Amino acid sequence: MKNNIPLLKRVRENRLFWPLVALALIFIFDAIFAPGFFKIGIVEGHLFGNLIDVFNNAAPLMLVSLGMTLVIATGGVDLSVGAVIAISAAMGTVLINPALGNELITNDILAANTTNTPLWLVVMADLGAGVLCGFWNGLLVSRGKISPMVATLILMVAGRGIAQLITNGQIMTVYYTPYWWFGNGFIWGLPVSIYIVVVVFLLAWVLVRKTSIGLFIESVGINPKSTYYSGISEKNIKLFAYTFCGFCGAIAGLILSSYIHGCDANNIGLNYELDAIFAVVIGGTLMSGGRFSLLASVVGALIIWTFTITMYTFGVPANALLAGRAVLVLVVILLYSDYTRRILNKIVEQKGLRHGPTN
Amino acid sequence: MAQRIKFFLINNGPLLTTITIFVLVYFAGGRLYPAMQKPQVFFNLFINTASLLIVSIGMTFVIITKGIDLSVAGMIALTSAASAALLVKGISPVIVMPLMLLMGIAFGIAMGSIIQYLKVEPFIVTLMGLFFARGMAYIITLSSLTIKDPVYRYLALTKVHIPFFEKAYVYIPSLIGPLLLVVVIYLANFTRFGRTVYAIGNNEQSALLMGLPVARTKITVYAFGGFCSALAGIVFSISLLSGYGGYAPGMELDAIASVVIGGTMLTGGVGNVIGTLFGVLINGTIVSILQFNGTLSSWWTRIGVGALTLIFIGIQSLFYMKKKN
Amino acid sequence: MADPQNILNMRGITKSFPGVLALENVDFSLRKGEVHALIGENGAGKSTLIKVLTGVEPPDEGSIELDGKLIQVRSPQHSQELGISTVYQEINLCTNISVAENILLGYEPHRFGSIDWKKLNILACQALKKLDIDIDVTQPLGNFSVAIQQMVAIARSLEVASAKILILDEPTSSLDINETNRLFDVIRKLKGEGIGIIFITHFLDQVYQITDRITVLRNGRLVGTYHTASLPRVELIGKMLGRSLTELDEVSKAKLMGEHKKDRQRLVEAKGLGLKGSIEPIDFELSTNEVVGIAGLLGSGRTEMANLIFGIDTPDTGSLTIRGEKITRFSPLESLENGIALCPEDRKAEGIVGDLTIRENIILALQARYGWFKFLTTQKQYEVSQKYIELLGIVTPSPDQLVKNLSGGNQQKVILARWLATDPQVLILDEPTRGIDVGAKAEIQKLVLELAEEGKSILFISSELDEVLRTSHRIVVLRDRKKAAEYSSDVNGQTIIQTMAGIS
Repeated sequence: MKNNIPLLKRVRENRLFWPLVALALIFIFDAIFAPGFFKIGIVEGHLFGNLIDVFNNAAPLMLVSLGMTLVIATGGVDLSVGAVIAISAAMGTVLINPALGNELITNDILAANTTNTPLWLVVMADLGAGVLCGFWNGLLVSRGKISPMVATLILMVAGRGIAQLITNGQIMTVYYTPYWWFGNGFIWGLPVSIYIVVVVFLLAWVLVRKTSIGLFIESVGINPKSTYYSGISEKNIKLFAYTFCGFCGAIAGLILSSYIHGCDANNIGLNYELDAIFAVVIGGTLMSGGRFSLLASVVGALIIWTFTITMYTFGVPANALLAGRAVLVLVVILLYSDYTRRILNKIVEQKGLRHGPTN
Repeated sequence: MAQRIKFFLINNGPLLTTITIFVLVYFAGGRLYPAMQKPQVFFNLFINTASLLIVSIGMTFVIITKGIDLSVAGMIALTSAASAALLVKGISPVIVMPLMLLMGIAFGIAMGSIIQYLKVEPFIVTLMGLFFARGMAYIITLSSLTIKDPVYRYLALTKVHIPFFEKAYVYIPSLIGPLLLVVVIYLANFTRFGRTVYAIGNNEQSALLMGLPVARTKITVYAFGGFCSALAGIVFSISLLSGYGGYAPGMELDAIASVVIGGTMLTGGVGNVIGTLFGVLINGTIVSILQFNGTLSSWWTRIGVGALTLIFIGIQSLFYMKKKN
Repeated sequence: MADPQNILNMRGITKSFPGVLALENVDFSLRKGEVHALIGENGAGKSTLIKVLTGVEPPDEGSIELDGKLIQVRSPQHSQELGISTVYQEINLCTNISVAENILLGYEPHRFGSIDWKKLNILACQALKKLDIDIDVTQPLGNFSVAIQQMVAIARSLEVASAKILILDEPTSSLDINETNRLFDVIRKLKGEGIGIIFITHFLDQVYQITDRITVLRNGRLVGTYHTASLPRVELIGKMLGRSLTELDEVSKAKLMGEHKKDRQRLVEAKGLGLKGSIEPIDFELSTNEVVGIAGLLGSGRTEMANLIFGIDTPDTGSLTIRGEKITRFSPLESLENGIALCPEDRKAEGIVGDLTIRENIILALQARYGWFKFLTTQKQYEVSQKYIELLGIVTPSPDQLVKNLSGGNQQKVILARWLATDPQVLILDEPTRGIDVGAKAEIQKLVLELAEEGKSILFISSELDEVLRTSHRIVVLRDRKKAAEYSSDVNGQTIIQTMAGIS
């Protein structure tokens, strides 16, 4: 008996426990009310079905959540991820566009399956733009001592302007088929985006768990002063977290623009900051920083999209879900917060005292 | 006397800077584009920034308490969508308008209470408020709804001529912002509520120890912010004569930028609404210069506002350091 | 027993925080029209006692009696309503609003529903006049000096709260001599009006200048309450620092063994090292196999000196040489690489990272030294932490416990372990034994000497004179942010106390 209780408790205290419970609940709901949800078929050698859709759609969010996890763990926040997605998507699509500049050309050329820039360069420019955005945020927060909320809010709004500047206000369409591969391709029957997520996740995991960066990030989030006194540059740690978040946003931008064959600077990656914060808080990372789990955040992103796709199958429009998600984020933040826990503990204690034996 | 002048300059430095910058920017615009010298262009500023001025006034109070309200644009969109939907159903504006204002107040009270009693950071609560409000607006209508109500049309299209300026005019909704400004100046300077707002922003702990009603005041400030957003939403829907959940994208930054440019410190306790008025006017002037230029595209405004905010945050910290010495 | 003159009687006050017994059965009383000094080093329990009195912290045990009636102070506001007002070192007013508002906000006069500014200003002026102060009350409070701000705070507590008891918490620490005298005039005036004043300060001169009685606390216990006139200064310092040679003879023995090592090499040399507003230029050196003790009262510049050497602050004068090399860049990381370590004074805010495990806390500095990419394997982390857990006798079921759940002494050992793991040459210990029990204290003192034996140089800062005497080979005495004297280890404790007190 004695051994069982700690084990149960250990499972319950694991960061993945509550997110997985939530995911399971949604799956059970689906199994009862939308049995078709789990159907997976094979078309032209690819798997397809709602579950595959969940993974494919959630890929950009999972990526952004990885970066957001690190930023939130340092005690900050990045409101600009949506704008970073737009900037990197704009960068990629503009470079592909055969009509760089204001040349007058016919539709045939514009719609041709060619690119203006080699694909590898497009990808590099895409990533470079995102990393630069992240670096800028990191500089403002760590060196400029501007509060993370304000610093990233500036890019959140100005960033979409920059993205429009890059595309010259146009909605870009990509006809160059190799670019479509990132968001629509399949390898061994599974979407390419899943592989990208796995690779970036492993990269992030190795970066934070196989180096000391993860420990330092947690330490900065818990007590920046003690961390500094221990000889750790908390500024560089923050800079890294924001830069990495920009990098993740860039890959998300690549996948998203590839998925929709283009880029609308005003709408691509819209509300991703909300969903990324949501995914991270579902994953049990406190908004005040500290301990984090990359995997739990990824599960958080999965929960959001499983829920969303479920709602789609019931015919609920995407925009209408926005209000519900906003309320849920607040509820989850409240549930995890120290303050609420203390109050709950107090209530439990009082009850315990009332019912318990008096010594 | 010299001492008093020095104090005056120190106390009002940021405000004077803002006014100077406005004058400079406006005259520069006038030199570049002589058409800008017409009085009507100046009054157009009030027409174009009618709703921005209103939300910025509400935002000023929130920022003075060291808070932030990111929900304003969502609230504008929600108000526009909700009022359009109600008006389309044939409900009288006499009912719709107060209803919208009540909704804004209730929304603000809810956010303020969560911030105050559940100790969640203002930016998280109001960011969720932003998404919630936009989401609700989309639930009401997924596409833009046109308002055909005669009262709204009357308010939207009636010109109010400005005395002493021939042919210069504004529309009725443009007057609401300046009127609200007068009310708020009174509130800020002649009521315990207003002074408590300043005290809280300077040092909440002190304000509490001084026995001031901190919780009530903070919630009231967010409620007032919600009220302003709803009012701005009404003005917004009057000027566009339609309602939609996607309206006013990014206006939260415009409002924050105007407040910051107006000399209010994001660190709380310092600032006033007169500065905010000039912040809004600077914002509007930049937009009209871009319009007069014609070749510069609209997205430059967003980038420009972002850059300007950053510059002013820099100037603020300089002023702050000076004052400390 | 109760003196009828007493307006306040606190009896048997006990208060503990996780891991620390902050107050143990402390009695305190205050008479009408009396200035009563509350004296003790950091961590002695002064501020906890005040917090209990002002309702910030409820006491675990004990009673408070005000004007002969038992009271329970529920909150700071409640204490004000009861007539207990506090003027803090960091003034609890709002610097951005006017002086007049600061005195009367919440009770301001109204006219036609709006604030009657004219009357408000007149009332505020009158309130300040009572304290013999004449300033422009319409200016923001922040435009005035700290001294004036303090007077304004006092004016508010008299005007609004009609205070019976006034607590002045380190009111003079940022005042110059004239301002202090002005404050004292006000205190005398209030005293004449029958207000009881609790005066907390670390300036002993001022204690003798203004107070009637003195209560001394040490380590959360009451040492005693004395009439100021009948307690000589040297005796007072002795009571503050605790001159009771009881435990730890073996520590002294260990020290004697260290004395014999004469082949010491100079490691650290500071010449005229100083920072304006922190510590005045100081000469100082530290060699291998040596413990140098820093003795000085609170506010004498002990911690400031440690922060300068460790690179938390950058000095603006003088030079610091380590192993003959001049230091040009000052930062903790730089110091870490130079083999300097600091266990900071404020364990909670600057030392531990509470939500990390013991293991992670211990390897933190070592890992900082290795950099981002040379990550210690988990196995190695356990090895290192296990080694130091055993070496320092950290009491814990496993290295995976969160540090915040440990007792104060064990937390201190974790921080010590963090730095020992980096194998430093120079170890700066700022109050390493504060707030920990006697047994743990002895262990840490012994450890310090053992480390010196191994060849390390140790700068040992403590507010307990005995401890400094027992462990140090040399003793530097600081007074008023200056080096007052330097003694060899055979110095008499009395001499040091006299130096600290400024009597030569």
